[in-house]
Amino acid sequence: MKALFFMKAGKGFSMHQDMKTYDVTVIGAGPAGLGAAKSAYENGAKTLLIEREARLGGILKQCIHDGFGLLIFKEKLTGPEYAQRYIDMINKTSIDISLLTYVTDVKKNQDGFCHITMITQKGIKHILSKTIILATGCRERTAKQIFIHGTRPSGVFTAGTAQYYTNILGHVPTKKCVILGSGDIGMIMARRLTLEGAQVEGVYEVKSELGGLMRNYSQCLVDYNIPLYTNKTVTRVFGEKRLTAVEISSVNDDMSVIEGTQKIVDCDALILSVGLIPENELAEKLEVPIDEFTKGPIADQCNQTLKDGIFICGNAHHVNDLVDYVSKAGTTAGRCAANYINKERKLVKLQKSDLLSYCVPQYIDKLSEQKNVDVYFRSKARIKDVRISVTADNRVIATKKLVEIRPAEIETIQLDLSKAGNDILNIFLSCEKV
Amino acid sequence: MQKQIICIICPRGCVMTVKKNNEEITVEGNACKRGKEFAILEMTDPKRSLTSTVKTVFKNCPVLPVRTDYDLPKDMIGKAMEEINKIVVTKKVKMHDIIIPDILATGCNIIASCDLSNSLKEGDNNE
Repeated sequence: MKALFFMKAGKGFSMHQDMKTYDVTVIGAGPAGLGAAKSAYENGAKTLLIEREARLGGILKQCIHDGFGLLIFKEKLTGPEYAQRYIDMINKTSIDISLLTYVTDVKKNQDGFCHITMITQKGIKHILSKTIILATGCRERTAKQIFIHGTRPSGVFTAGTAQYYTNILGHVPTKKCVILGSGDIGMIMARRLTLEGAQVEGVYEVKSELGGLMRNYSQCLVDYNIPLYTNKTVTRVFGEKRLTAVEISSVNDDMSVIEGTQKIVDCDALILSVGLIPENELAEKLEVPIDEFTKGPIADQCNQTLKDGIFICGNAHHVNDLVDYVSKAGTTAGRCAANYINKERKLVKLQKSDLLSYCVPQYIDKLSEQKNVDVYFRSKARIKDVRISVTADNRVIATKKLVEIRPAEIETIQLDLSKAGNDILNIFLSCEKV
Repeated sequence: MQKQIICIICPRGCVMTVKKNNEEITVEGNACKRGKEFAILEMTDPKRSLTSTVKTVFKNCPVLPVRTDYDLPKDMIGKAMEEINKIVVTKKVKMHDIIIPDILATGCNIIASCDLSNSLKEGDNNE
């Protein structure tokens, strides 16, 4: 064995010929990756799907609540059902799947191919791929990132970890808890833990507004008489081995703590639902430019990043509210990666109104065949009755009215670029109060 | 009688105003007809879907996600959870197999939300 290894290594430059080569390699088999792999395969690409866990499905496996799939399947599905639909479709294809596999390095060779190094159950493996689709999802902000003072007891969980314990391992990790952050996962876990017999003392939100969707406020908190406190946050934790209490303080609108408002709440767990950040370790390795606001790679309407042949989709790109949007982005990325030929792009920046915090895609490739574009955006503040329009060189190519826009809710507008001129110089996403 | 109801049918989450005069119910603020149906049901016979997990005998898959196939009366959710917590799955069930038929004589079944897989935590690489 050893001799063989040296012989192979001794060949040096011919190493590439021994490596398996793919058209498209998808990293991450959550909803974005499943959608991307399926679509790449359907568009004729030799496809590899890499997943670090033992099963396909990503975070959907533990999202046992329903409400998924209303846009794509026109049905109300649970997370595991939504994932299973894609898994069943993937299993009918000849996509190569590598489970329990972790990508440790990606490099772009001079010939344009990507060299991927990964740890599999059988050891380290190298492959080559014409394109890569990053579908690595996002991570939850932790206690460290929100600066809570005090001891280091057990019992401080992110909502996703509490969800994993409860829904995958079958252990309810608390008897009485406080939830910090009113994002969707926080509210959904408030209901879930209540159903499993735990007492949720309250959901605390540092901002003056709910972090998640109104329907989740209604069906998760109101239905179960769980109080929501806004303009309040956790400022300290107590307990040696296990959490025994938290200190809650009121905050001003600028989130500064109001002294003298502290109140102690006894609990054995603090559950954090304080935001998600795209996971971009691999993108950083590839030196893909990142959007400062979304914390995900900058991309064009083909979901191609500013690095040729590197595509991005799902929550690794920007944090979405709905899995249906993630699957759609995966489908676009998969199709475009399969059809990728290394040719020049002509990128125009999609400019946006100052009322909006971000929009994706950030760029439009004028030369691309991809003329139908879903633009996703969020507002900086809550505004009622607005008109959203997209103007290409003073020609309105899409417009819609919205009753209300909120920072917590992603909005979308569809463009048909063929309505614009052939050579777009300026494209603008406007938001006006009507 | 007047009540504000947040629609839970789709992510839009319309805030609706429901007025009840004797037998007549009027709904305002809904963007579609499903919202109106939901608002009327909320006033007369509120229902909810229920999702949870049931225990299994399989070491690598300690719990299986389940859901109701039709919505349950809202006030029966707690009782339904008691029934769900009594169950231990001993067979390799498939997605949508019935786990508890006709729970609490409501006509609703509790069904599996996915296949019970062998390798929820650790498994063999199927390469």
